[in-house]
Amino acid sequence: MLLKPNSSQKLLLPRTKQVKNIERRFFMGRALSFGALSMLAGCNVADDSKAQSILDAMSRWNDGVQEAIFGATNQLATTYTEADITDPFPFNAYYSEDKAPDVKEEGYKLELTGLVDKKAPWTLAALRALPQQSQITRHICVEGWSVIGKWAGVSFADFLHMVGADTKAKYVAFKCADDYYTTLDMASALHPQTILALTFRDQVLPRKYGFPMKLRIPIKLGFKNPKHIMSIEVTNEDRGGYWEDQGYNWFSGT
Amino acid sequence: MQKVLIHPLYVRIFHWINAAAIVTMIMSGWQIYNASPLFESLIFPDSVTLGDWLGGGIQWHLAAMWVFVVNLLIYLVLGIATGHFREKFFPLGPKALFHDIWAAMRFKLGHNSHDYNAVQKAFYIGIILVMLMTFVSGLVVWKSVQFQALSWIVGNYATARYVHFAGMTLICAFIIVHVALVAIVPSTLIPMITGKAKPFPEKENSHVA
Ligand code: HEM
Repeated sequence: MLLKPNSSQKLLLPRTKQVKNIERRFFMGRALSFGALSMLAGCNVADDSKAQSILDAMSRWNDGVQEAIFGATNQLATTYTEADITDPFPFNAYYSEDKAPDVKEEGYKLELTGLVDKKAPWTLAALRALPQQSQITRHICVEGWSVIGKWAGVSFADFLHMVGADTKAKYVAFKCADDYYTTLDMASALHPQTILALTFRDQVLPRKYGFPMKLRIPIKLGFKNPKHIMSIEVTNEDRGGYWEDQGYNWFSGT
Repeated sequence: MQKVLIHPLYVRIFHWINAAAIVTMIMSGWQIYNASPLFESLIFPDSVTLGDWLGGGIQWHLAAMWVFVVNLLIYLVLGIATGHFREKFFPLGPKALFHDIWAAMRFKLGHNSHDYNAVQKAFYIGIILVMLMTFVSGLVVWKSVQFQALSWIVGNYATARYVHFAGMTLICAFIIVHVALVAIVPSTLIPMITGKAKPFPEKENSHVA
């Protein structure tokens, strides 16, 4: 969801990079803004973890602000026409395309856990038999690039209601076949444009775009759109996320 | 001789907080830019970026954003309410502006901190507008769906990125010229810190900038 193919180096190993660069870098950063800003925050310029905890606190504050903005505006994402669809549509993940998980349809069942009444797993055939909803929307990557694609599938709000999910719960968490994981706030999960996408451009969702299914949620950045979903949990615990746990903003709404 | 107050306290507080916030935003912004450059040949060297990787750059950018925006809004409200802008940035007519640009080009433009010349007025009004434009485009880059009502000004997500980049570029250009002018007329610097200067008119105030 994240990586532009040609810039994968940069993001594959953010932690490693961080460690590697920590002494070499930041000199300018420290000297100039770090010092200046942390002065305002009343913290020691040399104290990295203090600065990091301020940044983390600000990121949580930004989660709250985004939740409030989202609650107040609750806009629909702009929809586009077939002619606007980006072609070729990029592959993007924290690994290269050949490493994408090869999930087989036979034997596949979507697991439901947590605060859900009907926990019976779902086959793809059963999901395809439900009413399908299609959208052509802009997928925006945290890196800054954006592409327009067409997805169709089951309205996620309808699905959650159908399986008797507790929609008063705070979160919906996803686990994926590629060990990817992410957590969404319930309000965003219930947004009318959030769908369990089963197709891309009217074809069965190909492996590279997330077979057997991807959560398409145009009001979130790309990394909040999990692919290769294996299980969905309705919960009051924040289960974090692959990128969120490394420092990308948790809410990451668009 | 008794010195007089030429830069009110809130202007000085705004100014230096703003300078720090702007530098932070630009350096972390370059980090973010590098993750997906708008221009193939333009990548900012690691030594001038802040945040160590994209995630860190975003954290810095969206933290400093609050300092920048709140500080700027306070300055704008107080600047309007106290008549500071009206007094110091206006009147600004094309005639005075052309006269002062022409004088500046011949190195004959007088400068004093009590009474900004027309070139300074235009620069300060201009940079405030550029900062506002950068702010608005930043809002659309940040929340392109929720703030789509602003699209008539800066376009959709993809175009707002260019507007935001243009804002950064203009701010950098302003900083270069602004700091160069302070270097040429260093006597302006201390009053921007202490607020006080010798009363006007004074010999040193009418020197050539
Ligand atoms: C760190 C480098 C900077 C230095 C040394 C500096 C210095 C100064 C000085 C000495 C003045 C007073 C000019 C005079 O009295 O004639 C001034 C005014 C001003 N500067 Fe800066 N400045 C810096 C950065 C910035 C930045 C980054 C911005 C905005 C992007 C900015 C915006 C302004 C504005 C708007 C004024 C007019 C303030 C008013 O009277 O309301 N400065 N600066």
